[in-house]
Amino acid sequence: MESASISVSERRISTPSAWSQVLGFNVIWAVALSIGGYALGHWLGSKIGINSAPQTETDQDDVAILMGLGFAVLGWMIGLGFFNYPLARIAGRPATLREREEHGAWRYFRLCTDHKVVAIQYLVAVLFFFFVAGLNAMFIRSELTSANATLIPAGNYLTLVGLHGTMMLMMMSAGVLGPLGNYLVPLMIGSRRMAFPRIESLTMWLTVLAGFVLLSATLLGGFPTGWTGYAPLADQAAAGIDSYIVSFALIGISLALVGVNMIATVMTLRAPGMHWNRLPIFVWGMVTTSILAVLAAPVLLAALIMVVFDRTVETSFFITSSGGSPFLWDELFWFFGHPEVYILALPGFGIVLEILPVFARKPLWGYRLAVAGMFGVALMSFMVWQHHLFMSGINSDLRPFYMFTTELISIPTGIIFLNGMGTLWKARIRFTVPMLFALAFFFNFLIGGLSGVFLSDVTSDVVTHGSYFVMAHFHYTIMGGLVFALMGGIYFWLPKITGFNLNETLGKVHFWAMFIFFNLTFFPLFAAGMLGMPRRVDSYNAELHTLNVFVSVSAFCLGLSMLVFLINLVWSVMFRRERAEANPWQSKSLEWQLPSPVPVYNFERIPTITSHPYGYGTPEAPAVADFGPHVIAGEGGLA
Amino acid sequence: MRALAVAATFGVLVALVVVYFIFFLESGPAAIAATRGSDGSADLTLQTVPSYGHHPFPDWVSYMAKDPQGKWEHTTIFKVPAHTLIKVTIYQYDGDSGLRNAFLSGVSGTTGDIETINGTVEHGINANDAAHTFTIPDIDVNVPLPGINPNAKNPCGTAPCSLAEAHNTITFSFRSPGPGSYRWQCFVPCAAGFLFGNGGPMQTIGYMSGLIEVS
Amino acid sequence: MSEAAAVSGGPGAEPRHGVRIATIWAVATAIVLPLVIWVVGPHIPPGAMSQQTRDQHQVDVVLTALATPIVLLIWVYFGYAVRVFRNHGTAVVDGPPITGNRRIEATWLIATSALVLGLAVFGTADLLATGGAGGGEGPNPVAKPADWRGALPVQVIGQQWLWTFRYPTYGGVETTTLELPVNREIEFHVTSLDVVHSFWAIELGVKADAVLGADNIAFDKPFETGPFQVRCDELCGLWHGHMNTTGRVLSDANFATWITNQERKNAALTKQLPPYSRVYYPSPLRNAS
Repeated sequence: MESASISVSERRISTPSAWSQVLGFNVIWAVALSIGGYALGHWLGSKIGINSAPQTETDQDDVAILMGLGFAVLGWMIGLGFFNYPLARIAGRPATLREREEHGAWRYFRLCTDHKVVAIQYLVAVLFFFFVAGLNAMFIRSELTSANATLIPAGNYLTLVGLHGTMMLMMMSAGVLGPLGNYLVPLMIGSRRMAFPRIESLTMWLTVLAGFVLLSATLLGGFPTGWTGYAPLADQAAAGIDSYIVSFALIGISLALVGVNMIATVMTLRAPGMHWNRLPIFVWGMVTTSILAVLAAPVLLAALIMVVFDRTVETSFFITSSGGSPFLWDELFWFFGHPEVYILALPGFGIVLEILPVFARKPLWGYRLAVAGMFGVALMSFMVWQHHLFMSGINSDLRPFYMFTTELISIPTGIIFLNGMGTLWKARIRFTVPMLFALAFFFNFLIGGLSGVFLSDVTSDVVTHGSYFVMAHFHYTIMGGLVFALMGGIYFWLPKITGFNLNETLGKVHFWAMFIFFNLTFFPLFAAGMLGMPRRVDSYNAELHTLNVFVSVSAFCLGLSMLVFLINLVWSVMFRRERAEANPWQSKSLEWQLPSPVPVYNFERIPTITSHPYGYGTPEAPAVADFGPHVIAGEGGLA
Repeated sequence: MRALAVAATFGVLVALVVVYFIFFLESGPAAIAATRGSDGSADLTLQTVPSYGHHPFPDWVSYMAKDPQGKWEHTTIFKVPAHTLIKVTIYQYDGDSGLRNAFLSGVSGTTGDIETINGTVEHGINANDAAHTFTIPDIDVNVPLPGINPNAKNPCGTAPCSLAEAHNTITFSFRSPGPGSYRWQCFVPCAAGFLFGNGGPMQTIGYMSGLIEVS
Repeated sequence: MSEAAAVSGGPGAEPRHGVRIATIWAVATAIVLPLVIWVVGPHIPPGAMSQQTRDQHQVDVVLTALATPIVLLIWVYFGYAVRVFRNHGTAVVDGPPITGNRRIEATWLIATSALVLGLAVFGTADLLATGGAGGGEGPNPVAKPADWRGALPVQVIGQQWLWTFRYPTYGGVETTTLELPVNREIEFHVTSLDVVHSFWAIELGVKADAVLGADNIAFDKPFETGPFQVRCDELCGLWHGHMNTTGRVLSDANFATWITNQERKNAALTKQLPPYSRVYYPSPLRNAS
């Protein structure tokens, strides 16, 4: 390990000239080199693939397209300078952390090893793609205002559905780990950095690239498979699916690396005195999420590589008549896919349980149980995947087992509710915007979780499987759960991250509009599913027309509520620029004891942790940490 | 000032994304209207070509349609009046590749459940001789189209094909249903190079799938 | 409301929140639960056209009834907390430093575990008792209805993008419409000629994936004559949203007439079909003309 402490005297914060910034390794070069890389790879691929596949030298030459995309990834990494450090090390140059010694706007457009810069890059990227995918949802709901396909041609509609699903899944898996995890975990455990700062930056830039590669499917004719990419449909699809494969693979690699980085950070870079039982619950949420990411993402990668082989060199992993099986994809995909949906739940648990004590002014109730609950969810999530395959005809005698394990997972999930309820007991609740989002999380996740029980019961699942019931269910858990928690987290921590307050009135307008229209949008869809509306259709039974028009109108209002958030964000941070106090919520947690925004090296000295961060209601409780003789000159005092 | 510039850039970016998606989603072939026949019927004249020969997918098999001016258009979206007899003529220029489900080698849903192939009345063809079908599943119309003689001297090269090249002429008629949009497709797995022969042109409107817009 | 007393009074005047929450919850449950069971319950899909939809309906009513007290408990608790446990005024006041309670934690764990075990036992028993509940069970079903031996086999063939149906006991005749006799056990054999589809006969309560090379069996016993809808429930490409048809359940006599007509009408086509088989393999696999 490199030494965790870089002493203050070693810092050389320099601002290079603007020209050297432009000419150095940055995103402009990355874009240029990835486009050039695509052209080179495509040309090479079309030479390699000659006569080996029937589609060579056409617009559908998968060998050429996949090689093009692969070279584009390489070009992207070269352009951003990810090979500089390893090459320098091979050449015998000393280890440096030079990339972090920068100020100014340019550091946001290049490889930067400051975890706070990476987190902000992540936040902007994730929100950008979140809004693109949200826009797709608006188009989907526009099409569904009529019972017959009218607005969008069928193939484009499927691409739209696939883009919305895949992009949301990709961006929301990174949505908390990336921005909040990278920003807060070092601050919460008393570290100056993540364990692997370059890998941290790499994960962020791979996420950005993955988003754009996925969008490139629109240039290659789209893909018909949705986010589940079922083979053999994926083997059969036209070239657009190659974009899906490469982008999902990039996210898989990125997720696994984020996970490794997060686990290593928490294991090795905790400040003195940060015992495991003093770790903030949000950090536990990040750790358990990371365990899932590390174990699940490689399975997806393996499955995607099989599809690549099926498509290019005509192997038959998923083709029955040549010895493969479509069930192989089902199994591999859902073995990744179900932990994946808990990658989308656990961060939410972490955020709300972190927010609740601050605004309840009470310690987190049942801390150990909450940690156990998170580990329980993480462990159990690997044992339930076949409930996605109850109707598929495989292992039908194992259905009772998977029904049981699926229902079992509601025990650790129930624990999170108990933690929330215990924390609110005799509390002194302040209804700030983050608290409203945290409370709404429990309302939504309750409905999401209980509808999951219907899906876990095989008899009931015969009706609901693959229908809009499922769609409503996972929107209640992912949007109602994770996105509400993420919004709460953004309203909660953005003053710390940017140093500016968000407007509270606009925040409340956003919350109430989002809460009301979210429920009006998705609750009726439970009924639509049970009444016979399958997922991913562009035409449906005429009886369901009124219901769908109602849902579409609600969905448009939901979209407008997200616009309120965007306006609040841009206006508050760019125009109003009201300076945030160091600790506006009077939190006792370590990150709030630092100035806002946090200085480049976080801590003047690595603090000694003296307490868990939930010492509310105990006036004699010690401060969370001892910052040593050189207390940072922030305007906020130490709680 | 700087903030305004950032906000303006941001606004332009959002507008670009929205416009791009609308452009992408609305992309596809334009519809053409059936010509009015003298007896109140509507006429559709189509051809199937072994490879389209032009951008973006030159090697894809495709349907084409004749517009009222007599020009061949690359589209599979047809506008027809409701509750009318639709007379269809298809010039079939492609070789056979055989039906996956032989059941679809029988004619159904047309007037008299028949088609004429080069002037001969048929109730169906041999499933292995099929090059394409013209099928509207929602109203149970199914017409198999036999492939050309594999030894024909002058097979069609690039679309649109002309009557001088080897072809089969298939005619049939059916009554259009009430107003609405009905999908039609080919059921012969004719997409070369795609798994099960059902990818690419089979899954792209404008090639082997399309819509009948009845108004 | 007396919540003002809850905050203004000293520790002695603190009302017994637990008792109040429990009372509100009990009253709410006593009012809402019967409404859910007897007013909402009968309207829960998927109706009563077949044995399977009746079973599914029954299970959904039971699950909804079980969920109701849980939803009410959480809502009442959070509603009460939001109203009573709030900070009045702008001064930030800390709450009591309660960090947990072993007994409550244990009770909660035991209660949820019991509930979950109960659900799993109920679900398994129900699955076996209903003969698979209309879901696809693969080639060798473990759960079979009592009268499965006399069942009418009907093969459902999914293909891009059409459902066709074969009746092996009627000479393997193939049709594009699904017509079934009433009051008779039906044994669906669902398979595919290409990608994965899913056969969903909505009003009959049948759902089974159609997979190339797999014979997925589902049982169903319709009780009422009339139309039902068939839709594809697994994304299968361009016309997935249009891969639907309307089937009918007919009286015995009407079914006999219909199937005889089909046999006669399609006699020539039936000869062209491959012999009836549980699965079909497409050939050639990659069509390079």
